[in-house]
Amino acid sequence: MLTRQRAQELFAEVTKYSTADETECLITSNRYALTRFANNNIHQNVTEEGLYLSVRAVAGHRMARAGTNKLDSASIRRLAEAALDLARLQPPDPELLRMPEPQMYRAVQRFVPDTAELGPRDRAEAVTGVIRRAEADHLTAAGVFSSGCSVMALFNSRGLRAFHEETVSELSVTMVGPTSSGWAKKTGPNHLELDPEALADRAARKALASAEPREIPPGRYTVILEPAAVLDLLGFLVLDFSGLALAEQRSCLTGRMGEKLFGSNIEMRDDVYHPLHLGAPFDGEGVPRQRVMLVEHGVPKNLVYARQTARKASAEPTGHGFPLPNEYGEAPMNIVMEGGRHSLDDMIRSTERGLLVTRLWYIREVDPYQKIVTGMTRDGTFWIEGGELRHGVRNLRFNQSLIEMLSNVEMMSPPERAAGEESFEMVVPAMKVRDFTFSSVTKF
Amino acid sequence: MKDLAQRALDTAVASGATYADVRVVDYHQRYLAAKNGQASGVRESESMGLGIRVIADGSWGFAATDDLSIGSVDRTAAQAVEVARASALAKKHDVRLAPEDRRVGHWESPCRVDPFTVPVSTCLDLLLKVDAELRRVPGVTLAEGSMDFRRIEQWFASTLGSELHQVRTQTGVGYCATSFDAGEIQRRSYPNSFGGQYQTAGYELVEQLDLLGHAGLIAEEAVALHKAEQCPAGVKDVILGSSQLGLQIHESIGHPIELDRVLGDEANYAGMSFLTIEKLNNLKYASEIVNVVADATPEHGPGLGTFLYDDEGVPAQCTRVIKDGLFVGYLTSRESAASAGLGRSSGAMRAEGWNRIPLIRMTNVSLLPGTWKFDDLIADTEDGILMETNRSWSIDDRRYNFQFGTEIGWEIKGGKRGRLLKNPSYGGITTEFWNSCDAICGSEHWTLWGTPNCGKGQPGQIMGTGHGAAPARFRNVQVGVAYGN
Repeated sequence: MLTRQRAQELFAEVTKYSTADETECLITSNRYALTRFANNNIHQNVTEEGLYLSVRAVAGHRMARAGTNKLDSASIRRLAEAALDLARLQPPDPELLRMPEPQMYRAVQRFVPDTAELGPRDRAEAVTGVIRRAEADHLTAAGVFSSGCSVMALFNSRGLRAFHEETVSELSVTMVGPTSSGWAKKTGPNHLELDPEALADRAARKALASAEPREIPPGRYTVILEPAAVLDLLGFLVLDFSGLALAEQRSCLTGRMGEKLFGSNIEMRDDVYHPLHLGAPFDGEGVPRQRVMLVEHGVPKNLVYARQTARKASAEPTGHGFPLPNEYGEAPMNIVMEGGRHSLDDMIRSTERGLLVTRLWYIREVDPYQKIVTGMTRDGTFWIEGGELRHGVRNLRFNQSLIEMLSNVEMMSPPERAAGEESFEMVVPAMKVRDFTFSSVTKF
Repeated sequence: MKDLAQRALDTAVASGATYADVRVVDYHQRYLAAKNGQASGVRESESMGLGIRVIADGSWGFAATDDLSIGSVDRTAAQAVEVARASALAKKHDVRLAPEDRRVGHWESPCRVDPFTVPVSTCLDLLLKVDAELRRVPGVTLAEGSMDFRRIEQWFASTLGSELHQVRTQTGVGYCATSFDAGEIQRRSYPNSFGGQYQTAGYELVEQLDLLGHAGLIAEEAVALHKAEQCPAGVKDVILGSSQLGLQIHESIGHPIELDRVLGDEANYAGMSFLTIEKLNNLKYASEIVNVVADATPEHGPGLGTFLYDDEGVPAQCTRVIKDGLFVGYLTSRESAASAGLGRSSGAMRAEGWNRIPLIRMTNVSLLPGTWKFDDLIADTEDGILMETNRSWSIDDRRYNFQFGTEIGWEIKGGKRGRLLKNPSYGGITTEFWNSCDAICGSEHWTLWGTPNCGKGQPGQIMGTGHGAAPARFRNVQVGVAYGN
């Protein structure tokens, strides 16, 4: 794996060959393994290791990037020259900023050595336990157990030095029965906190409880969204909190900043330092990430900014930029939504007629300004009546404005680190939402 | 590279593998983008490495590295065997593979103009001219365009004795005009949305598309949509333009026919399929005029799913998927074909890169052309909507219930194309929809579209797929579903 020393050596070699006005190296390294199972059988098992070096060269007001994983001297020399040649071939950008100078970073500890070293037998043993749980109820288990580590170093010729390492682990379990399925997932830097037994049991119980699902007509329902469902929906909203998106009028917040857009109970911030989050304390240019209050009492208050976007908006950069050059500017990637004090059971008990949704699937944006998204429920959708879960229902398609949804939140749980399949991890609550729009039903 | 691959195979066998295949991949990409009068993205990347897949103790293992030293290759091959042995701890049965012959070959995809030889300044100049043309139309608030060139060189070797060398060159190009006005965002793209058109071809694709010539109309349409009527809600006949129909094929035919989904391998992520085995040769998937193939052969055209051998050494094939409306064929691998008792693999195993295992992926899943002329099809439609260029797409995890939105639509009344419609959308159930197809345009209207961003697998893999289609009509389709009005 990449060390600071190795990163320094690679940077020194690039700068030896680079004749650019300014040079930046982004070096990433990863070791990652994933054990995949289906039909109560491990059917894929993979491991990989790699190191990637990319160089951003600046020539006057021109900039370009080139990258390689070929790390011999000739290739590194060719890389440095290629980045500069590409930069010189394009028209000047008068707004291009100089690279940032050295920065101070707040320390974050997100590396767990045992997780970095986890082997295929360790993962296989955990998976065997999941499969045993499935077989106990005549279900079939499918899912993944992955683990690994990644390192990122960002050095530039103005003296900036940024370095971050972290471990990752994930267990995702789907239990499949003859007429239903259930799902549970957890991710984090420490594999010991995944609790395979509990996840397997949760997924199995959902599959069993939703067996023989009944069809309900599409319409507007009170819905209780578990954190994974909330996360996957919010993933289609938070990118609009980019300063560049607003400047280019492609954000749903265009003309709406500072207005009451959501319910008063909606508070959302970006906070890479939250103890439940992963991520580096710096952005793609090496600017320290800041906590940013995005929504306060339902009012969009602040955006995130990369350096160049901030300059144009007369704002301060917040440390959320992507590596340059890019077309997207910046995005909040460590969302924390304040929740409430209610449990999921509280929400169910308080619901006369409604639905409990475990997970959503294939969410896509239908209308970028009304922020209507469509998608399907999946792996555990339940009918609630008289404050109790009654039975599983056939999966439904929704077409729902996220702005309207966040204006209709009646109850929330305390936030937790949630993992879905359509967006990056967030710290979000479960939500009870009124008048959620389902437009059609599928056949299972 | 051949020697390196053989070294990995030898080490794997010495470590206990009963089967192994190796891919060494050298990948190059150049990406150029312009936005609102500036070059917004100028990037080149390359990545080279080796991945080895083995069967040991009756189970699969895979390991990959970008360190191509002898010591690293040996370690990686031995590690793949160790991983396979760990898989065997949770083994229900030994992996069985459908028979396959030893193959030796070399293939380079046709490429008239190597895109990597076209000066970057030439490409950026064209993108910036298009950009200026888009922004010339008042009301366009954002102009974006991009070119994406890729070269993938791969050496494959297996313990069957196969040795295959393939070089594929791919080109993608497109642009988009966005207009924000009065609380509404409208977009128009050319020649397709989400990156444009992609093919296994060279820069000649860029030259064929007359990018500049279409920019004015595209920009005007983006602005005009603000004043257009909202697409009505109800049941209408729908004519889909060929690029939208390409994505409809991708989602509601291409994915359901992947046999790994049918067998449950993707239950946790990409989902399963309603096309269970007993439906093969029994299900009336579509109306009798519908014929669909999964064709990876170069004869089908320069699709993103075109190759000569797949990533487990099986020759490219043309598989009949739907014949006169009847479901007759899956996309398969050697393992899934053996599991389902289907004989040989259909040659659909593809990997994103050196560090990913091959999965069953679409090749070029295409609707064969019909006989209609487009103008005749409009003239034959009493009350319908013509929908073009995808804006959103979604389908459930067994591929029944779908919904699509398009960038633009036109009302058809009394056989004439009429007023513009904004925010078109339609939805339905896969087999009901395909059985309502009653007219397909002829080969002069047929285009082989590229979908460069198909996601599947864990760890995730992005793959390019091809979809040939000509405009087609579907009767009694639920429209306006996305807005619920």
